[in-house]
Amino acid sequence: MEKFDKLTGIAAPLDIINVDTDMIIPKQFLKTIQRSGLGKNLFDEMRYTPEGDEIADFVLNQPAYRAAQILVAGDNFGCGSSREHAPWALLDFGISCVIAPSFADIFYNNCFKNGILPIVLPQEDVDKLMDDSKRGANATVSIDLESQTIKGPDGGEISFEVDAFRKQCLLEGLDDIGLTLQKAAAIDDYEARLDAQAWR
Amino acid sequence: MTGTTLYDKIWDAHLVAADADGNSLLYIDRHLVHEVTSPQAFEGLRMAGRSPRAPHKTLAVADHNIPTTNRAGGLAAIDDPESKLQIETLENNCAEFGIDYLPMDDIRQGIVHVAGPEQGFTLPGLTIVCGDSHTSTHGAFGALAHGIGTSEVEHVLATQTLIQGKAKNFRINVVGDAPAHVTAKDIALAIIGEIGTAGGTGYVLEYAGEAIEALSMEGRMTLCNMSIEAGARAGLVAPDAKTFEFLKDRPRAPKGADWEAAVAYWQTLKSDEGAVFDKEITINAADLPPLVTWGTSPQDVIAVDGHVPDPSAIADEGRRKATERALDYMGLSAGTPMQEVAIDRVFIGSCTNSRIEDLRAAAAIAKTGKVAASVNAMVVPGSGLVKQQAEEEGLDKIFIAAGFDWREPGCSMCLAMNADKLAPGERCASTSNRNFEGRQGRGGRTHLVSPEMAAAAALAGHFVDIRDLKAEG
Repeated sequence: MEKFDKLTGIAAPLDIINVDTDMIIPKQFLKTIQRSGLGKNLFDEMRYTPEGDEIADFVLNQPAYRAAQILVAGDNFGCGSSREHAPWALLDFGISCVIAPSFADIFYNNCFKNGILPIVLPQEDVDKLMDDSKRGANATVSIDLESQTIKGPDGGEISFEVDAFRKQCLLEGLDDIGLTLQKAAAIDDYEARLDAQAWR
Repeated sequence: MTGTTLYDKIWDAHLVAADADGNSLLYIDRHLVHEVTSPQAFEGLRMAGRSPRAPHKTLAVADHNIPTTNRAGGLAAIDDPESKLQIETLENNCAEFGIDYLPMDDIRQGIVHVAGPEQGFTLPGLTIVCGDSHTSTHGAFGALAHGIGTSEVEHVLATQTLIQGKAKNFRINVVGDAPAHVTAKDIALAIIGEIGTAGGTGYVLEYAGEAIEALSMEGRMTLCNMSIEAGARAGLVAPDAKTFEFLKDRPRAPKGADWEAAVAYWQTLKSDEGAVFDKEITINAADLPPLVTWGTSPQDVIAVDGHVPDPSAIADEGRRKATERALDYMGLSAGTPMQEVAIDRVFIGSCTNSRIEDLRAAAAIAKTGKVAASVNAMVVPGSGLVKQQAEEEGLDKIFIAAGFDWREPGCSMCLAMNADKLAPGERCASTSNRNFEGRQGRGGRTHLVSPEMAAAAALAGHFVDIRDLKAEG
């Protein structure tokens, strides 16, 4: 997994609540057997007409945001399905940080497995960053995971909370499976006790 | 004195290791796999030179983009090359890694969340995961069941565990008796309407109360299935005699002395008297009407005899904007009576409502008339076994005589990955679980309803209050 420590980039505003995984990556792109290549279809139905032409209004089609690396969004971002294609599509587009007042659980969890930092902030802080991100090419935001701070374009700082274990995994790009396999003896012990419940 | 909740009990029984930071390693008893969220996980195992730790604890079946027609030709006859490749990849991965697989032409093939319980793969007190958010369905048996991402699918295959933070406890008491024609689907929609689509985020829901006890296992599956639409990864119903009766003699259920030992243990699986819940609400089932969604979030519910809401009456800016956006997408005007909303399509199926009881309820309505000329309606059974049973009961003939399409099992138009989808602007009465923008096809407009409400809408060409229909009949 790619490490995530610091990020300075353009923040794009997506001022919508309940952005669901069908919006992030519609089902017709889930037929792939790979993780890569989904960025071109990120937000496909909001980004392109049925004929495949860009919809100029959509934030990621606007010149200032075509290289956005951060997304600022409304409540309950990522609700819906468990498809990890959603974080894969964000990452493949170049977005590795999403800031919102709240996230759906499965999506939130999936982000950390892919080197994406989802940041939960109080609504007033999100509102401030949403305003900042509406400044187009001047909407540069810096994120420092180590110190858990966000610096806006005016230099104002906002701090955020993140689970210590997940933070460490992101900072070091640690592979969960490798970490769990270090506990193989504990899994062996647990499975040995399962013999008492043959039906399991 | 405080007690423990059902969720706490299952959690504690599966704890392999607990870290000081609150993250735990949880043992996973059962893992369901389908074609869409697994290829990258198997590829990950292959690249790391890892193999499944306990392959017999995983069961695989293709459901998401399998065709619901033209099944006789097998894999070779699937028109869409990408769908075909994905199903072929699943078959090959199962063969390579020694995983049990229910093939396309097997009578047991079906939607993972229908096939798992049918096989007795789903049992009370277990931890069950699948790369699909509707894994919450299995909570109907008192199993801790939730959706996971593909990285976690790989993690479970490699280690038979998951790294988890503990959720909070939320009990939803549904008291009283549900009136006639108020189904598990209506109860689920009512709960989501009440707590909102993020109301359950961070919680495991436990459904309790006499209206829940009164539900059949099919009904409990419908209810738990929709937990994720309230933001909760998992929902639970404490197992009881109905649960045991459903499971007894299923192919993978324990037998003989193992069965007796299992039931003895399962009977302990309930929240203790005095157990503390972080959150609790009570809903009176007797007050509930049949419901229909008007918008693009499952929380956008209204009684079938109600009207499309007026966004200008909503104070909260985010909600108002979302409502305006939803009405625009849905092509609806504020104040329109829901029963005047005409539909083009009907979909009866999905992991929410494709089991035998659902089909019986829909057929009971279907036999009272014919599908309206302006409507295209389809019924997609949840599994080959459901289809077989429905045909034994003659339900297929009722549907076909009324003008419904009778299809092969799969996820079908719930998520429209296969050829079954809405055209832009088409409006559908659907027994599925999500009414998101584009969910059933780009530009498609989805209204979530119960199977009998869907069947009634098919006949009338618009939504109807099923209670009136019965009174007339």
